[in-house]
Amino acid sequence: MISAPDVVAFTREEEREEEPSAEPPLPEEYSVPLLPFGGPGANPWSKVAGSKFSRDFILISEFSEQVGPQPLLTIPDDAKVPGAFDLNYFSLRIMSVDYQASFVGHPPGCAYPKLNFVEDSKVVLGDSKEGAFAYVHHLTLYDLEARGFVRPFCMAYISADEHKIMQQFQELSAEFSKASECLKTGNRKAFASELEKKLKDLDYTRTVLHNETEIQKKSNDKGYYTTQAIEKANELASVEKSIIEHQDLLKQIRSYPYRKLKDSDFHPYEPECPLDEVSASSEQDPAASEAAEPGDAHPYAHVPSYTPKLIKAKSAKCFDKKLKTLEELCDVYFFTQTLDQLHQIERTFRGDVCYLLTNQISRALLKQQSVTNFLFEDLALLDEKAPEKQHGGCQRLGHDAVNRKCLEELPTPKVVISLGSYKSSVECVPIKMEQEIEDPQDPTMTDLMAFEHQDNLDYLDADIKGSISSGESIEVLGTEKSASVLSKSESQASLPTSPSPQVGRSKVGSRRTVSEDSIEVLSTCPSESLIPEDFKASYPSAINEEPYADDEEGGLRFSPKLSLDNADEREGGPEQEALLQVDSACCMGKESAGSPEPPAELGARRGEDEDGVVSVPPQPLRPPEQGLPGPLAGGPDGASAGLLCYELEPAGGRDAAKTSLDECSDSTSYMSSAASTCSERSPSPGHPAVPAGDRHRKRAGQNALRFIRQYPFAHPAIFSLLSGRTLIVLGEDEAIVKKLVTALSIFVPNCGAYAKPVKHWVSSPLHIVDFQKWKLIGLQRTVSPAGVNMLHALGRYSRYVSILDADSKTLRCPLYKGTLVSRLADHRTQIKRGSTYYLHVQSVLAQLCSKAFLFTFCHHLHLPISERESEEAVVNRRMNFLKLHLGLANEDIKIVQYLAELLKLQYIQEPDQGGNPLLRFDYVPSFLYKI
Amino acid sequence: KSSVQTIGEEQIQNPYTELLVLKGHQDIVRFLVQIDDYRFASAGDDGIVFLWNAQTGEKLFELHGHTHKITAIAPFFSSDAFGENDQLMLTASADRTVIAWDCSSGKQIQKVSCFHSTVKCLTVLPRLDVWLSAGSDLCVWNRKLDLLCKTSHLTDAGISALLELPKNCVAAAAGKELIIFRLIDRPEGWNVLEVKRLDDHQDNILSLVSVNDLTFVTGSHVGELIVWDALDWTKQAAECNFWDSSLHTDAQPEIKLSQSPNETSVQHLTSDEECVFAAVGKGIFVYNLQMKRVIACQKTAHDSSVLHIAKLPNRQLMSCSEDGSVRIWELWEKPQLLAEPVPTGFFSMWGFGRANKQASQAAKKTQENTTLYFLELVGDLIGHSSAVQMFLYFGELGLATCSADHLVILWKDGERESRLRSVTLFQKLAQNGGSEIKF
Repeated sequence: MISAPDVVAFTREEEREEEPSAEPPLPEEYSVPLLPFGGPGANPWSKVAGSKFSRDFILISEFSEQVGPQPLLTIPDDAKVPGAFDLNYFSLRIMSVDYQASFVGHPPGCAYPKLNFVEDSKVVLGDSKEGAFAYVHHLTLYDLEARGFVRPFCMAYISADEHKIMQQFQELSAEFSKASECLKTGNRKAFASELEKKLKDLDYTRTVLHNETEIQKKSNDKGYYTTQAIEKANELASVEKSIIEHQDLLKQIRSYPYRKLKDSDFHPYEPECPLDEVSASSEQDPAASEAAEPGDAHPYAHVPSYTPKLIKAKSAKCFDKKLKTLEELCDVYFFTQTLDQLHQIERTFRGDVCYLLTNQISRALLKQQSVTNFLFEDLALLDEKAPEKQHGGCQRLGHDAVNRKCLEELPTPKVVISLGSYKSSVECVPIKMEQEIEDPQDPTMTDLMAFEHQDNLDYLDADIKGSISSGESIEVLGTEKSASVLSKSESQASLPTSPSPQVGRSKVGSRRTVSEDSIEVLSTCPSESLIPEDFKASYPSAINEEPYADDEEGGLRFSPKLSLDNADEREGGPEQEALLQVDSACCMGKESAGSPEPPAELGARRGEDEDGVVSVPPQPLRPPEQGLPGPLAGGPDGASAGLLCYELEPAGGRDAAKTSLDECSDSTSYMSSAASTCSERSPSPGHPAVPAGDRHRKRAGQNALRFIRQYPFAHPAIFSLLSGRTLIVLGEDEAIVKKLVTALSIFVPNCGAYAKPVKHWVSSPLHIVDFQKWKLIGLQRTVSPAGVNMLHALGRYSRYVSILDADSKTLRCPLYKGTLVSRLADHRTQIKRGSTYYLHVQSVLAQLCSKAFLFTFCHHLHLPISERESEEAVVNRRMNFLKLHLGLANEDIKIVQYLAELLKLQYIQEPDQGGNPLLRFDYVPSFLYKI
Repeated sequence: KSSVQTIGEEQIQNPYTELLVLKGHQDIVRFLVQIDDYRFASAGDDGIVFLWNAQTGEKLFELHGHTHKITAIAPFFSSDAFGENDQLMLTASADRTVIAWDCSSGKQIQKVSCFHSTVKCLTVLPRLDVWLSAGSDLCVWNRKLDLLCKTSHLTDAGISALLELPKNCVAAAAGKELIIFRLIDRPEGWNVLEVKRLDDHQDNILSLVSVNDLTFVTGSHVGELIVWDALDWTKQAAECNFWDSSLHTDAQPEIKLSQSPNETSVQHLTSDEECVFAAVGKGIFVYNLQMKRVIACQKTAHDSSVLHIAKLPNRQLMSCSEDGSVRIWELWEKPQLLAEPVPTGFFSMWGFGRANKQASQAAKKTQENTTLYFLELVGDLIGHSSAVQMFLYFGELGLATCSADHLVILWKDGERESRLRSVTLFQKLAQNGGSEIKF
């Protein structure tokens, strides 16, 4: 099975155009759609060339009340990145679609100005002229001096690849929401302290005025008021009013976290640095502290030091004053946090979309392999991704059980999702019904058909649509899809009978904003926009958020059941049809757009939705059920059984016959390992930066490749590592030794959830404890007496170690006659790139892991079936299984046994205790290999 | 010629294929003592006593109380008539104290510090429910740590070893002398009487072992081994310097001269019903009590002094040494005693002079010593980087070794451990209902 990134990588690297003809033609559903817009020779990257900037970047702009839309900063902060791209122009565009930035300072029927707790809105828009597509995140910050106290800002992720934006919408939205929440928290803090200052000023002013009035009263004995006195009184009154207003504002801003907390979806931004909190609370003014402010636990610390000023009755003219900068609007700590977060986003989304997607998918799949993933995977990679990522990756996989589980466990981050859930569950109804009627037995098939149908529709309509709605440079992208994709898991949770819910359809609402100037809002998935009113076509372009933020927020969160029940009534009959039509009219089929996407639909991804996101993950990855019925009985599930069989095909089978490229592509069905590590296999041009981990992997792969080619005894060395025998690389030159250690480290299984048991460079004599702890050691050879000592120790412990002498190029280790390592490390391999080789290794190792898993968790392989059964019978069965079913020969058995032992240890380990590391060894003779 | 027998890396009969290093001690670990089926204690020069779980290697307790190195350790188990089991452990230290510990809680129960000299050995007499401490004098204590009686000052050297004998008697090794004491439990109180002094040994008595109710054996620094009657304390048999005379018959004289007395000292003795196994210098000797002679020997079993030796149930013998290794031996009957001279002629016929010489030597040896058995090396355990002081055999649970490199190592049967882990795994799986594995 071939999955997308491989194809892409090979096309690029080898410039191979023709399909391997020896293979039987792929079934229809696996075939790669041709690149729609490209003639022969056009490559999927050519599209990017149309854009004026070299790589994705983040733009923060503001709609200034003085000068209009203006760009503030870009991330990365490098003039080269936007290049010729017109930031001002683009700022204008993205700010102009902020339909919701309406603020009414004094709402009718309210005596005081009210603060709006405006939700962020998330918009995707495209501009074909600029060749730019952007995810735009609008937010408002409070500023006492601004009109209506608000300043609209937006953060935009700008990319040349619309698919990237569309497919990563959910992730982008989650990440940007975090950044926005951080910024807003800081802003609220700053705003509150500003208000307090202002209140002090006002208070001071009032005192001054009051005193003056008193003096006037005393001096005035005429019995009537002078105009001066009246003026003063008026002034005083206005100051009083102003005080009340500001107090009210302060109360509002402080009550914000409370209000938001009622909404279960709200996640107050929690600063990662508790120090800050401590310092803040240590100097906090007890009077000013509102103890239980969870979201905003920094009461305004520096207040006491402020000296009040007298406030003039007339405020300065709007245009005279200088507006605060973004930095001034926000608490410093939070501002830097936000910037960090944005940099993080920029790093995360760097690279081609198929790379990102593959990464996400593989990460999600890896997460599912909770039992075995510690063995060979980069643990940092597994951990680094926050729960949000899980929403992205694993939910998209449509893995019901897991998804539901993680949803239960993880609080959903935003309103978007709960609203989305409402929406998509509504949408799912018809399909679900169809399924039930047609074939309740095989929902997948039904789905598939439904998908195909839908796809076709979309495909057809997309062209029509495009011609209709695109003006000069207008582009319309149907993007409600992404919203529904993002909420899919929710709908699954609510509709367990619909295994892979239908792709969402755009709603009428998404068409509402048709801007004049060559821009169309492609999609609006803002939190508020998906409220039920959304169904009304005549949607006001500006929404007053207030009620939602206040009261109806809770009401919006329909319980899934309710929505399910109401769904039929609400959108029955013609309305439903209309919806469907609108849907297809609105959505531009992804497939039609022409992108590097199509290859991604190859291979194992059968249940795919329009986003090209896997609904059904590649089967072999799924670890077999626990308490397996039999060695190879296979589950009742036909597909998985078949794949399992393939998995377990004896090593001499199809896999082994192939080498290098074929093998590599073959083994990528184990995406779990392969994809976690895609480094530069499919980088977009102009995205030269590769994350550090990738670089390391690339180098390790390259070194490993060199090692395999150079040393004819690479196999026994690798076997030593895989079977848990410590390998010592002995040499005088630190660089050479370290290089070898790096190369070999990719073969070292982890012993637990800690760092790899690899020690790059030691110069002291080794002890037994070292072999317990390290499985790969780089050892310095010295001529000093200490060196003699060290060599003596090596000789002494020779039974526990294999010794690779880098200087004399010899290896002393046990014999290896298995077949597994030769597949892993073929010195005639055609693989040239380090990273490709690394992936190859990972895939073979993943296969090995699954074997070890199977072996470990087969009950009767380790325990007698009946009481009477002897231990020998169990041992025989075990060996039989290893040899016949897992297809292992000779020493390969030891590898799987060792991995199984690690799995057992990891599984039975109590979480609270670290567990003593064991040293397992065999009494086997060693041999000396020479070049 | 005297090179150590070695075994290759292939050791089929060696069951120990897994090890656990137990870290905790900060100085030489000298003592290991078994508490029950799965617990043992280790103690050494750092004055700390650790209690370990022999199955998991878990550190159960860390007993701090002594300020100097520990000189003796003895578990004191007694089950009352009511089945009340309390497990005490007594430790004596160079700080002239003895502490009684509760093994189940790890608490110090009582500390006795009225000694005039370091207590060098502790012996528990469960039959009488008393324990003895011996240094320059001998004290008798009950389990509540009340001093029942004591002897006057005996020797400056002090008592280095104690052995319980029948009829409430105790043999104490004090320098070259073997002193027999009798404990008398009268209604008016306990008394300890010196009954006899035996001075048959030429040098310091290093080891004492009881073979059965009727005999016990002592060994001295110059390689004397004396078999005693346990009832009337008469010498039944003695092998004085027989190690040298009988075993170095064909050794070169200069080698003989270069041998320091250390190399012939009887470091440790152990016995089963038939034989006494003696760790003498670097070698191991098997002395048959019936035949009253050495039936098997391995002159250089280790690279340096053998420190501890034990008989395992399955014909096996285990020894540990200053060279840092533990070796497992098996005692085999020599298959063809009489057939041996035959090939001599055969080889000499073909002119294999060298073979001839060796064979004739072998023939000579068999004639002189009539060694009926031989010790075969079946495995060695290498893990410690310094002298292995002692080991403790736990049956199928494994083996604990302690060493001067501050470590205690638990050696285990890898196969068995693997099976046990599988059992645990499936138990845990059943408990969790598989919920931990997400498919």
